[in-house]
Amino acid sequence: MQIETPATSAGPFAHAPTSIQRTMVLVMLALLPATVFGFWQFGWPAIFLFLTTLGTAVAAEWVCLRIAGKPQRRYLLDGSAVVAGWLLALSLPPWAPWWIGAIGALIAIVVAKQVFGGLGQNIFNPAMVARVALLISFPLEMTSYVRPLPIFSPEAPGFWQGISISLGQGGFDAVTGATLLSHVRTELSQGGTLSDILPGMAHLFSGAIGTIAGSMGETSALLILLGGGFLLLKRVISWHIPVALVGSLALIATLMNLYDADRYAGAPYHLVSGATLLVAFFIATDPVTSPVSKSGQILFGAGCGILVYVIRTWAGYPEGVGFAILLMNACTPTIDHYLRPRVYGRDRRGTPIEYADNAEMRK
Amino acid sequence: MISLTSLIFFAAQPRFLEQVHRTGDHMSIAAETKNRTQWARIARDGLWSNNVVLAQVLALCPLLAVTGTATNGLGMGLATTAVLVASGLLISMLRGLITPEVRIPVFVLIIAVLVTLVDLGLNAWLHDLHKVLGLFIPLIVTNCAILGRAESFASRNRVMPAAFDGLAMGLGFTCVLVVLGAIREIIGSGTLFANAATLLGERMSFMEVTLIPDYRGFLLAILPPGGFLALGFMLAGKRLIDARIAASKRRETGVQAATA
Repeated sequence: MQIETPATSAGPFAHAPTSIQRTMVLVMLALLPATVFGFWQFGWPAIFLFLTTLGTAVAAEWVCLRIAGKPQRRYLLDGSAVVAGWLLALSLPPWAPWWIGAIGALIAIVVAKQVFGGLGQNIFNPAMVARVALLISFPLEMTSYVRPLPIFSPEAPGFWQGISISLGQGGFDAVTGATLLSHVRTELSQGGTLSDILPGMAHLFSGAIGTIAGSMGETSALLILLGGGFLLLKRVISWHIPVALVGSLALIATLMNLYDADRYAGAPYHLVSGATLLVAFFIATDPVTSPVSKSGQILFGAGCGILVYVIRTWAGYPEGVGFAILLMNACTPTIDHYLRPRVYGRDRRGTPIEYADNAEMRK
Repeated sequence: MISLTSLIFFAAQPRFLEQVHRTGDHMSIAAETKNRTQWARIARDGLWSNNVVLAQVLALCPLLAVTGTATNGLGMGLATTAVLVASGLLISMLRGLITPEVRIPVFVLIIAVLVTLVDLGLNAWLHDLHKVLGLFIPLIVTNCAILGRAESFASRNRVMPAAFDGLAMGLGFTCVLVVLGAIREIIGSGTLFANAATLLGERMSFMEVTLIPDYRGFLLAILPPGGFLALGFMLAGKRLIDARIAASKRRETGVQAATA
């Protein structure tokens, strides 16, 4: 049974030369620098994982559209499946075996997106659903990070070695490295203090450039920031969610740092490490799963920022952005219910605005 | 103690009574007015069209809690079936004595007594089985499907149909539990009917199959979210089959009307 959407409210509507396809292409362009940098850093295994994830996502989308009897060409060409797969690939450990990417893409497209009715109907961000499901199901593969080995450097695996790594055969001695977040967390739990663990500002610098262990596309904060700025400039996203997310995270981190500098790291650490910026610009701003109104978006972003901090600091996982996004996605319908955008010609409560000539006509 | 907790549990579910009235009424009326029992209809309702899980969407608490493996689902389903049959019998026998004002507490009391009997009986005579299922047996009290059948069928029908309804409902519930448990077990750990020997005796150990050797395990399927996901796919599957059946029936009647 088709659920009829109620007729959209009265205008005025303005036409704008935007389409889903254009938006998705711009998002891909914005992701390109960080992705290419990830390829360069992590070499062939990362490229294979990326291709597997994207390929599976598109194939799964095609099969689902076919089963649902929807026009396949139109929905495939809008690029939403590619973007979902792309974002998922960027959030995976770069040397994960191929089936991690394939299963993740299946979860993202089938369970998180098409089951709900396809693009625009999903409650949760597909990439984050897939990431969290993988993290819960395969903790070992999802937390094995390697130190960057630039692609054509002598130590890096060649093309065929890259394939064997993707097939999970091992045989190549990589230097595994904990991400900054999990390293700090482990040391803190063993009684270390932050001033010992993080000597100086070197970690901030490498976190910003991206020469650290981490997921494929989240290591370089600067390149992500570049892409995010491009999206802002093109008005694909508005500033509300990223600013609220980053701002609330920075605020609470600074406050806790002032309270006890040896146990709680400051704001710059939280901003450059992990997937903070990737999530702030590319995932929290997903128009389907974030609130409509500007005030709602600020609340949404702030909630994400606070949850990221809380999960990173006190909960069981070193990185909490995936869980934070899913929790706030679940709040989005409630936020949308209470913080609605004002309807044109009406006040916030929905009653028509009295105009001067209206009053005159009544006389 | 058990009856008190279950009473609180039922009181906290306003949706539950509504459900009972919605799903149960038409059938008992049909069975009484025609003055002859429609056994086939009772069986079909219990197994498919008014299935406890797939149609009434009741009993989700034990359903999601125990279906980590098909074996657990089977054990839970059989124990629930026993309670359903016995409660159908007893409540149908006593239905003339129970006044409508106090019927719910009385039903809960009867069910709690039966569950306690099953619990103690298993512990005494089938101790190994009880060790596997021990935690889940008291959960049967919180199974709203049993009170649902007591309210909507057993208290309005004669003894044999009431017992048969309990059997049909219980078997339908068992089928869903086993299928759901099998789906989660295969995806989650690559086996089927693991530990069946402890449940059914050594002779049934051939049921324990390892479908995927060297499987790494997909933990999500075993965890509660996996239960919800698999149940969602099963509910969708039932609707799909029902829609197909309805469509083919419509086509048949259409053809008949055209030829006549």
